[in-house]
Amino acid sequence: MLNAFNLQKTFNPGTINEKVALAGATLNLAEGEFCTVIGGNGAGKSTFLNAVAGVWPVDGGSIEIDGIDVTGLPEYKRAKYLGRVFQDPMTGTAANMQIDENMALAARRGKCRGLGWGVTKKERATYHEMLKELDLGLEDRLTAKVGLLSGGQRQALTLLMATIQKPKLLLLDEHTAALDPKTASKVLDITDMLIKEHGLTAMMVTHNMRDAINYGNRLIMMNEGRVILNISGEEKKNLTIEDLLHKFEEVSGTEFTNDTEILSK
Amino acid sequence: MGIETLIIGMPGTFAQGIIYGIMALGVFITFKVLNFADLSVDGSFATGGAVAAITIISGKSWIYAMVLAFIAGAAAGLITAVLHTVFGIPDILSGILTQLALYSINLRIALNQPNTPISVDKYNLAVSLRYKGYSLTMVVIMVLLIIALMYWFFGTEVGSALRATGTNPAMSKAQGINVNLMKSLGLVLSNALVAFAGALSAQFNGNADVNMGRGAIVIGLAAIIIGEVISNIFKNRNFAVTLIFVVCGGILYYIFMAIVLWLKMPANDMKLFTAIIVALFLAVPYLKNQANSSFRKAAKEGGKK
Ligand SMILES: Nc1ncnc2c1ncn2[C@@H]1O[C@H](COP(=O)(O)OP(=O)(O)O)[C@@H](O)[C@H]1O
Ligand SMILES: [Mg+2]
Repeated sequence: MLNAFNLQKTFNPGTINEKVALAGATLNLAEGEFCTVIGGNGAGKSTFLNAVAGVWPVDGGSIEIDGIDVTGLPEYKRAKYLGRVFQDPMTGTAANMQIDENMALAARRGKCRGLGWGVTKKERATYHEMLKELDLGLEDRLTAKVGLLSGGQRQALTLLMATIQKPKLLLLDEHTAALDPKTASKVLDITDMLIKEHGLTAMMVTHNMRDAINYGNRLIMMNEGRVILNISGEEKKNLTIEDLLHKFEEVSGTEFTNDTEILSK
Repeated sequence: MGIETLIIGMPGTFAQGIIYGIMALGVFITFKVLNFADLSVDGSFATGGAVAAITIISGKSWIYAMVLAFIAGAAAGLITAVLHTVFGIPDILSGILTQLALYSINLRIALNQPNTPISVDKYNLAVSLRYKGYSLTMVVIMVLLIIALMYWFFGTEVGSALRATGTNPAMSKAQGINVNLMKSLGLVLSNALVAFAGALSAQFNGNADVNMGRGAIVIGLAAIIIGEVISNIFKNRNFAVTLIFVVCGGILYYIFMAIVLWLKMPANDMKLFTAIIVALFLAVPYLKNQANSSFRKAAKEGGKK
């Protein structure tokens, strides 16, 4: 479903702030794979997801989604294939607009927007049902402004919006990092539910190794702009945190210490 | 002068206020919906006046003149849009550049005359100071139509995409919205509406002046802010009500100006008064907010507990 080959990206080239963020990152995901992504701060995880989403053009390499070469497409055109949830709950929704209006925007992702109603009555009924499934009490607040929702509610809504039309690939960039532990686990459960329900192909960046092990059927680790570890199948199922730490030391050649910051267990 | 003059003049004052209200609706699209500080408005208001005056003088009907003014305003908005989205010039500067360019362009449109009279004796006009009641009816019908159209448009798929662009461009892109296209569309519609108001204003006052747009942006903002302050009384505001209050803001602004003039304050000080009004209306909500949550108050209350 995703073929990202040898991605290169350098920020601020030729200046003292030059930063190689992607140095030949390659990843292939089959349809239905749910891949968790771990790696230290600055490993290039967000940059990788942004490259796939087309936030800016890559310097080198190619990206195919479902067999379509999207390397040359701008962000808004790639959006057709992608569902995205960001770390900051503010990023994924339009605060000034109503819940139903936000969902309607997502329902028209990649479609031609004309002079038909922005939200139809029929849609509202569907949205009501979808929100009911989340069990957050949002179904009775369809016309409330999204800005009034809590961070967790906004992330859950963003997830729903990302999957309202089945995306070819769902990109989740530490989407629970800004939430308190209880809300985070609720949002993670919703994530897992939606991915299973729709059989989605997904990438989920997390700084929590336990979540990375518990969720999904594939795990990759990034370091210095590359994918340095790739685990799937049975091996993924039986993975422990200790295994991961060992593997990190093996592959990166550095011992795992607190400063290598693979972050919390 | 007695108060009667002020009262007799009221229909005219209302009509002029509504014309400014229509302009403010244009400004509303960029400032409030798109979150884009567009200063082209001062230029496009005068463009509307110049285009309408020249068209009417050439013997065409006022309807034709208004349509042309609308299109000319749209073109002006497109210039700002191109400067911003294609050449990456910041929003304020793009608007200022267009405004500056329009000054020369407007003079050319008006055949290099700084003032083009269009007397209601010679031409058939949409509105005129001479026929206050009739003009008031005309502008009320027009403004209601415009509000209805805007209410409809911002409820459509494209309109929603435009609103989303103003609220959260990052989210809009992720939802497949061409943010640059939406910004351009907003600028085009806004300036078209402003030029339309300029065309009305020129007919109402019987002349188109190259300087008629000076300060238009501030008046537009004044109308929006005044409208916002008074509409805060209402709890649940729907979009149409918000738009109506923008127009009310324009009317109130102009009534205020009429009173200032009636008090025989020098007309040359009008711009100063406008600036003071806008500053006041901007400052009051802020200061009120500050009074409710200030460090000084926190220190006092904290001590009590
Ligand atoms: N837009 C940007 N401009 C400049 N540098 C960036 C930008 N985005 C990311 N970087 C840099 O690229 C590196 C990788 O960042 P990122 O992908 O965000 O890491 P993470 O794995 O923590 O998500 C970091 O050193 C970061 O500072
Ligand atoms: Mg990151």
